[in-house]
Amino acid sequence: MNRRLYDKLIFEHSHTGRHGCDLPRAIWPDALAELPGTLMRTEAPALPEVDEPTVVRHYTNQSTNNFGVDTGFYPLGSCTMKYNPKLNDALASAPAIAGLHPHSPACAAQGALEIYWTLQRSLAEIGGMAEFTLNPFAGAHGELTGLMVIHAWHDSREDYGRTKVLVPDSAHGTNPASAHIAGYEVVEVKSLADGTIDVDDLRSKLGPDVAAVMMTNPNTVGMFEKNIPAIAEAVHAAGALLYYDGANLNPMVGMARPGDMGFDVMHINLHKTFSTPHGGGGPGAGPVGVRAGLEEFLPAPRVMKKADGAFAIEEAGGSHSLGRISSWLGNYTVFIRALAYILTLGADGLAHVGPLATLNANYVMHSLDDLYLLPIPGPCKHEFVFDGLRDKSTGVTTLHIAKRLLDLGFHAPTIYFPLLFHESLMIEPTETESIETLDTFIEAMRRIACEAVENPELVKSAPHDTPAGRADDTEAALHPVVTYAQYLAANAHD
Amino acid sequence: MASRYFPHTPDDVRRMLGVCGASSLADLYSDVPDSLLLNRSYDLPPSMSEPEVKAWFDAAFARCTPLTCFAGAGAYDHYTPAVIPAITSRSEFLTAYTPYQPEISQGTLQYIFEYQSMMASLTGLDVSNASMYDGATATAEAMIMAVNAARKKRRVLVSATINPAVAAVVNTYARYQNIAVEVIPQHDGVTDREALREMLGAGDVAGVIAQTPNYYGIIEDFDGWADEIHAVKALFIINAPALPLAVLKTPGEWGADIAVGDAQSLGMPLSYGGPYLGYMTARQSLIRKLPGRIVGATTDDRGQRVFVLTLQAREQHIRREKATSNICSNQGIMTLHAAMYMALMGAKGLRDVNSLSASAAHELARRLEATGKIKLSHPHKPFLNEFKVTIADGYDTAGILDALREAGILGGVAIDEREMIIACTETRTEAEIELYVSTVNNL
Repeated sequence: MNRRLYDKLIFEHSHTGRHGCDLPRAIWPDALAELPGTLMRTEAPALPEVDEPTVVRHYTNQSTNNFGVDTGFYPLGSCTMKYNPKLNDALASAPAIAGLHPHSPACAAQGALEIYWTLQRSLAEIGGMAEFTLNPFAGAHGELTGLMVIHAWHDSREDYGRTKVLVPDSAHGTNPASAHIAGYEVVEVKSLADGTIDVDDLRSKLGPDVAAVMMTNPNTVGMFEKNIPAIAEAVHAAGALLYYDGANLNPMVGMARPGDMGFDVMHINLHKTFSTPHGGGGPGAGPVGVRAGLEEFLPAPRVMKKADGAFAIEEAGGSHSLGRISSWLGNYTVFIRALAYILTLGADGLAHVGPLATLNANYVMHSLDDLYLLPIPGPCKHEFVFDGLRDKSTGVTTLHIAKRLLDLGFHAPTIYFPLLFHESLMIEPTETESIETLDTFIEAMRRIACEAVENPELVKSAPHDTPAGRADDTEAALHPVVTYAQYLAANAHD
Repeated sequence: MASRYFPHTPDDVRRMLGVCGASSLADLYSDVPDSLLLNRSYDLPPSMSEPEVKAWFDAAFARCTPLTCFAGAGAYDHYTPAVIPAITSRSEFLTAYTPYQPEISQGTLQYIFEYQSMMASLTGLDVSNASMYDGATATAEAMIMAVNAARKKRRVLVSATINPAVAAVVNTYARYQNIAVEVIPQHDGVTDREALREMLGAGDVAGVIAQTPNYYGIIEDFDGWADEIHAVKALFIINAPALPLAVLKTPGEWGADIAVGDAQSLGMPLSYGGPYLGYMTARQSLIRKLPGRIVGATTDDRGQRVFVLTLQAREQHIRREKATSNICSNQGIMTLHAAMYMALMGAKGLRDVNSLSASAAHELARRLEATGKIKLSHPHKPFLNEFKVTIADGYDTAGILDALREAGILGGVAIDEREMIIACTETRTEAEIELYVSTVNNL
């Protein structure tokens, strides 16, 4: 593709008088003409005027500047970029659902409610929880919802002194942010040299002022928190609840359940573990599960199966519901995709998800740890973290390695997270990658390690073969240009 | 192996285990205490072939009754041009993550920039973020912005005419943020202006939230609001569904500081409530207070115009508990949908969709009034494509909605036994409107 020919914004394709839609003919008088002029906008919005073929070509060419799971290997740690099955997309666009209004009466939506309910029950079995709500829109939204459940539970016991949430220093950034939005003060818990939580530090911070402890297991360095039974006991003894960040659930699928580990509340990222596409940022879904005794606190509305087998929506939710966190039942078509994935794999297929994801991660780790610094020896679970190259003398950093990988046809791993190491390079291959793909990636990583010694400038100046080069982030943040109007104004000054 | 999604042959597994120095897959879980291992299959059905899975879903879909949609209340049955799913299903867009690596994510970044540009212009404001989950959470986030901007003030006034589902979400977020949400009463279907004035006068107000067209479909008149709200150093937040803004006076023109709402009305399928798209736009001075992703234009080392995620110092992965929001993503592919819809329609197309939808609604309202059984609840208030009606004595909303459903029509959204709201879009035909009216006539 000739990028120069196709580097325009849609506004730069605009020609007065063109249009990309045909609408039904008007048969009644124009109601807009009857409305008071004081309520109408004075100037039409600044939108492009483009024909349909131009729109299609513009966005088709833009898509070729993008890299997705279908394009190539995407070892982005903590993001579980597994294959997104096409059957699931086809089912999600079913006309019966596309045309189903959220205010449809339950009698006209029985099939849709059955899909919701079946997924809710399936996740309860996989998570070892009593009940799930599917309403939260994303992982971070699930965290917030889960913490609100915890808040509502403490409030119901008139235990108002619990103002803190403990979060490990290795946690995803959303954990402390969600705790803050849920009205809590965040207290950090230290990690040990092996990346697991410092149980003594945790114990010293537990007390009657702690509402919850948030944990990711396996944690963000890919290590299983083997002290979890003792942690759960200590947390519960202190009267707090234990929250499971489901971002790293994938290696546990088929092997172990958060509910059995002593977690009280959890969320699941359907767009990670259950194969729904990430969509360049969304829509995802962050269902929240709770152990028995917390069901009544889940958000409204909730879907119930009645004694006669019919499905119903309880608009107000359970007796202690925390209220609404979404207008309706959430990102519904994401549920169709996730349930299709569960039904396709079934109990027998799901049993392999965690082990194969873990095998792929360990295989890559063992194939590279002679050249890359492995701060925490394995076995890892679904992901692991290198602290950059072993040989630091070349000046080649994690950022350089990530950018050079783009040249070689791969998405970069997650970089500079977790914050425990200076040069974190977090790799998660997922179970849907073949040994050949992993070998090609390993070869690329080894080549970069060689290049770092033999031709470090080549690596430091990467990427070379991508649609775009290294962007000036500083300028972007210093003088933000976030709309086309601002772009035109900024260039008029030049 | 067990599934078409797993490439591993038994031989692959053996070779890979060898490299890892393990003798079985179970060895890789030696760090998990035995007592925590499941050691059984999930209590779930066995795997199914592709045709079996499809048949399972087809059976479920068959238990959804297609109804001709006259319901609104925040979700509208506008037409989706075929171009949009053809492009949004392209897997280069659909299977990408958040654009952390701009060098191979220009497709995503550029459509978000285009979306931000269009949304800012549609709302008459300066800047836009990369989108939120839905209109309700966007409104709750705007409330938090207002309280953060006001520092010590914690009262937020919300009009009684706002969509009750949005109000419910705002209340949930407020409870845990220790924000006092107070309802501005309504009078004849619109926000009570005198009541607002008194509530502002009582002090401590951080923000005011109102909706237009409001929950009853009525276009609110915000003339003079901004001055009074700004006089007490509070922020003015307008919630509006996206499509009507192509013809109505914009939040920017009303003097609002932040505009939020749902963009589902830009031709997004109803999909039983989601995914939709929440938008948020604001005055320039608030750009560093916005929650969520923002895309900006800059230059790369080859001299090309490129787009990047910017102002990330506001966000959770940098600021952690001090972030402006916990939101980590945006509504991704739905922003592409919104941008493409606005590009295909253009300003004239959006005006025409509004005109056709409003004209159908006004026609239906006229014909329903002629039945004598249904009247406009607020006959002197201006509306676009949605209106509130009052049912005559001897009838109730449940009876009317049941009769319409038997005729294959989703007749509206009940407010109570005597009142409901009815919406039309450009997809409603003369025959469908006539069926609605004759069904009511035959009651």
